[in-house]
Amino acid sequence: MEDIDRITTKKARNNEALLKVKDISLSFIQYTSGLRQTELKVISNLNLEAYSGEILAVVGSSGSGKSLLAHAILGILPSNARLYGSMEYNGQPLTQEKKEEIRGKEIALIPQSTNYLDPLMRISNQVIGNVNEKNKESIKKLQRYVFQKYNLKPEVDRMFPHELSGGMIRRVLVSTAVISSARLVIADEPTPGLDEKNLKETLSYFKDMANKGCAVILITHDIDAALKISDRIAIFYAGTILEEANIEDFANDGENLRHPYTRALWNALPQNKFKAIKGHQPMQDEIIEGCFFYERCSIKNELCSKGIPELKTINGGLVRCNNVS
Amino acid sequence: MYLKGENISFGYKKNNFILKNVNICLGSGEVLGLIGDSGSGKSTLCKILAGYEKNYTGTVSIDGKKIPDGVYNPVQLIFQHPEKAVNPKWKMKDILNESYVVPQKILDSFGIKKNWLNRWPNELSGGELQRFALARALSPKTKFLIADEITTMVDAITQVQIWDSILDMVDELNIGVLVVSHDKKLINKLCHDIVYMSDLINI
Repeated sequence: MEDIDRITTKKARNNEALLKVKDISLSFIQYTSGLRQTELKVISNLNLEAYSGEILAVVGSSGSGKSLLAHAILGILPSNARLYGSMEYNGQPLTQEKKEEIRGKEIALIPQSTNYLDPLMRISNQVIGNVNEKNKESIKKLQRYVFQKYNLKPEVDRMFPHELSGGMIRRVLVSTAVISSARLVIADEPTPGLDEKNLKETLSYFKDMANKGCAVILITHDIDAALKISDRIAIFYAGTILEEANIEDFANDGENLRHPYTRALWNALPQNKFKAIKGHQPMQDEIIEGCFFYERCSIKNELCSKGIPELKTINGGLVRCNNVS
Repeated sequence: MYLKGENISFGYKKNNFILKNVNICLGSGEVLGLIGDSGSGKSTLCKILAGYEKNYTGTVSIDGKKIPDGVYNPVQLIFQHPEKAVNPKWKMKDILNESYVVPQKILDSFGIKKNWLNRWPNELSGGELQRFALARALSPKTKFLIADEITTMVDAITQVQIWDSILDMVDELNIGVLVVSHDKKLINKLCHDIVYMSDLINI
């Protein structure tokens, strides 16, 4: 069964990426004292491609700026943010105007927190959203159908968010994305605090969406969850993506992984060696000239401290490291 | 030394018990895992053992003695979200030394860097804050540590770093640890013994 899934997703790969993120950097303008401003860089030189029918997981530690990537794609950054680089959606440049036009329709966000629902609005109304009077009937039917599929009973339609459990709210948020017939779904940390049963269920929803032909970007800090359902995993570290690996690369001692950080992450999992490397992720206000992983790297050389390593394609994956071939 | 919770019952609403006659025992130097589903009352049990929740029936005792109020509690609870357990208007060095002056040895063991001490809590990541929360809880008067999902929000490498430090320290200080988590693989790796919330409740 698994193999069949795999083959279909591989087939979909023949076409172009639905979303291309090219070399984006993001910084925030902050006031330090009085009128003095500084620029705090949170994302740098990040590349990413999402394909229809595939799940791409973006894995990185909490608070490292992964959510900002989602917000940048949707164009919902605060006004003091500066975004550099370019994005392409379906072969067209994805500008701020374009983002505003298609978000909620072709691009859907499944937010991180269960507080994103309007507490004073009945569930079915906020899932359906603003629609024309003449479409209302058919959308209502669709909503009921999708709710049925996710095991949300008819009485849920007329409930308020506080009457639902965490797991039910999660299902409502997923339904919103399904009903919107989005082609690109971005799920921002959908799993924390879920027990095993709920986790499995939530993850299966994303698999479902990918099988229907959506491109799914799953942003998470839980590499274990990402490994269960994704096709590719992008490793987010200190504001950039160090490696984009295929799911099969995560095996044994991680000898097929390209970047030393990814290998360290793999070996730190409880089911593997549970061994840690020393050091910490650099702080956002530290200015780093070379590779972001330089301090903690075991295979570094002099070149690594000078300039960010180029993005290379190796063995079907992408990596930013000078010392792999 | 044993921390014992005996016949603990608790409900947030009248006649709606989420814990009923729960018994749990944790010895010095023991690392005990506690696994349970969402909403099964794990966190509530933690709060009762650490003295945060008073409105329960049953007894919590150390070697048969009730834990006194108003003095340093030898049972210390560490939370899932350290950013909610520190005062946002204090610098890290004040947060760290609130209950006792943390010796350099503990700072080294948790890898707390000197230049972090002058930062505000919002300038540190969750994993870094969690190290502070642990260091400040490991005073010589602490006998038991209750870790409620403390590494759920950090990456795998930081998780190993934090647990390595904790296991070193508790071994040396002969502290008993209750590890609460959803992650069975983590619990299997860390703990001597495992109890399931569902078993505790049925007793």
